[in-house]
Amino acid sequence: MLSIQNLHASIEDKKILNGIDLQINAGEVHAIMGPNGSGKSTLASVLAGRNDYEVTYGSVEFDGVDLLEMSPEERAREGLFLAFQYPIEIPGVSTTNFIKTAVNETRKHRGLEPLDAVAFLKLMKERMKLVKIDQSLLSRSLNEGFSGGEKKRNEIFQMAMLEPKLAILDETDSGLDIDALRIVADGVNTLKRADNAVLLITHYQRLLDYIVPDFVHVLYNGRIVKSGGKELALELEERGYDFIKQEVAEEV
Amino acid sequence: MSEMIETLEQTALSDYKYGFVTDIEADEAPLGLNEDIIRFISQKKCEPEWMLKWRLKAFRYWLSIEDKEPTWANISYPKIDYQNIRYYSAPKQKIAPGSLDEIDPELRKTFDKLGISLNEQNRLSGIAVDAVIDSVSIGTTFKAQLAEQGIIFCSITEAIQHHPDLVKKYMGSVVPMTDNYFAALNSAVFTDGSFCYIPKGVRCPMELSTYFRINAENTGQFERTLLVADEGAYVSYLEGCTAPMRDENQLHAAVVELVALDSAEIKYSTVQNWYPGDKEGKGGIYNFVTKRGICGANAKISWTQVETGSAITWKYPSVILKGDNAVGEFYSVAVTNNFQQADTGTKMLHVGKNTRSRIVSKGISAGRSNNSYRGLVQVGKNAHHSRNFSQCDSLLLGDKCGAHTFPYIETKNSTSIVEHEATTSKIGEDQIFYCNQRGIDTETAIALIINGFAKEVMNQLPMEFAVEAQKLLAISLEGSVG
Repeated sequence: MLSIQNLHASIEDKKILNGIDLQINAGEVHAIMGPNGSGKSTLASVLAGRNDYEVTYGSVEFDGVDLLEMSPEERAREGLFLAFQYPIEIPGVSTTNFIKTAVNETRKHRGLEPLDAVAFLKLMKERMKLVKIDQSLLSRSLNEGFSGGEKKRNEIFQMAMLEPKLAILDETDSGLDIDALRIVADGVNTLKRADNAVLLITHYQRLLDYIVPDFVHVLYNGRIVKSGGKELALELEERGYDFIKQEVAEEV
Repeated sequence: MSEMIETLEQTALSDYKYGFVTDIEADEAPLGLNEDIIRFISQKKCEPEWMLKWRLKAFRYWLSIEDKEPTWANISYPKIDYQNIRYYSAPKQKIAPGSLDEIDPELRKTFDKLGISLNEQNRLSGIAVDAVIDSVSIGTTFKAQLAEQGIIFCSITEAIQHHPDLVKKYMGSVVPMTDNYFAALNSAVFTDGSFCYIPKGVRCPMELSTYFRINAENTGQFERTLLVADEGAYVSYLEGCTAPMRDENQLHAAVVELVALDSAEIKYSTVQNWYPGDKEGKGGIYNFVTKRGICGANAKISWTQVETGSAITWKYPSVILKGDNAVGEFYSVAVTNNFQQADTGTKMLHVGKNTRSRIVSKGISAGRSNNSYRGLVQVGKNAHHSRNFSQCDSLLLGDKCGAHTFPYIETKNSTSIVEHEATTSKIGEDQIFYCNQRGIDTETAIALIINGFAKEVMNQLPMEFAVEAQKLLAISLEGSVG
């Protein structure tokens, strides 16, 4: 589904990604871990098409198409979803209206009729249960005055509404208490199907207790330096990132 | 990052869809301004002697201040040559219309094209319309039905002929002819506009509206509107304006007076979409407008304006809160793009006790435009326990435009409370990227964000116009962002 080859990216001439290789197939859950500043969030931003970052080398294919050629909105309509680490507030725009616009833009791209108010509300009611989100939250301005947990839940709710092929969760666990974390994880697990995939970006092993990954990758200095199964996350938790840093140093 | 700013700066003007010219023969005055022209206008309108005298008095006053055009506003434009303007132009109709059915089909087509139906059969909208083209009103709908309740809704020209007592009593009572430069000019040469009187205790059953259209070249439009709501009456009124695209600047200097007697309520909404000029700043309407209302005890006047057009806007819809417990409101969205300049705001003059006013102003600037809020809140020494709340928010698109706020507050007693809040923000690239990431393109994202920003004001518009106004906002800013 997603094939990243030797991806290099920089921001304002500062190199952040130094040759990422990653293959994600349908039905898989991948986790990317790594210390602060290793390039985790940059990877998510580059994949979503944020134009602050310049891709200097490498390629990314999404479902057989060149992802890097597409505008951010085309990537989204093709089914790439990014749950933001810091969801943005838009005053005056109701969450419901925002999501309705997003859903219908995506439907238009897929050659489907826009959902009318009744059909949309029905879909919304159904998906609200997945993330235990309250109706009153959805009639408020997008993310404005939401607590950290509400913002993150709203991200997963949007994911449920948009049904992406690939969902990238950028530190969705940060700032969540244990109950909120469980709700978010339950939502992601329920949405998991054989024809979609999830890329989790996280600092901590904690999230992976609830969303169990098929593969864990360690990102350091803009490269994936180690990959393994879910047990790798436990090892990291136990030993910290230092042993990875050491291994990398020894290689050089 | 720089790419985004570049696209924000791209100021391709969207198509101004009202920019067509209707080819109608016109009955015109020669260019220029003198007493003969004023006599010509008065005669064309079959006015009584007292009206002519009033006009001449205003003209003589204007002559005495002719070279004192106000310069305090935050706008700049080449000197207006008042002798190079045509002060009267009327579409020549084949026959004088005795009823709406007899209106020249060309004119009817013009209004159809603007989306305004002069056909009473088309009652879906339930709105009575007075249609003014250049210097004359060409027809008013639903007159008979309104008359059943004693409501008078007609052109000001007709009102001068048929309701002279009301006109004499109220015209100039809120905006005296000596009020300001443009009000004096208007008082001398005003050509048409609407008149409305709602009798005591009557709630006007439909929205009243006037639609202004400038068509002829080199023509100024000087409209005069007078609304009187007698004790306990209620009326909601809307005005809309468009003009063809022309390379020259055209002058529009209107006066609107509202009188809300004790316990009456007037809601006045404007969607101003005069031609703003092209993307190089060529052409467009100079819009110098004096709008003011006066409230008796327990009365309420609410101004709502959506200003997207005009090369220059100079406009301060105000309320004199004369009676005790009177309420004044001003809700405004002003959008400027390309080289447009707007200096707009309000005056809330608290005279009576326990008077309340609320000001919500939302300015949106794009391109190389300048957008200023100018407001005065004055609380008199007897206006005990009065309250004002003002909120002025500015939103910037790109980094070549300007937003300015000039709030003036004067209070002469210690029991009143005046609050002023102001914010300035830019549409964030983060916000746009967030929308993009959900499949929403940049143009749609801007429209969403703008409408969110202006929502508090848009909510004040009558339902029928809110949707139209929302679209207008998006169209006005089309092309101002990638």
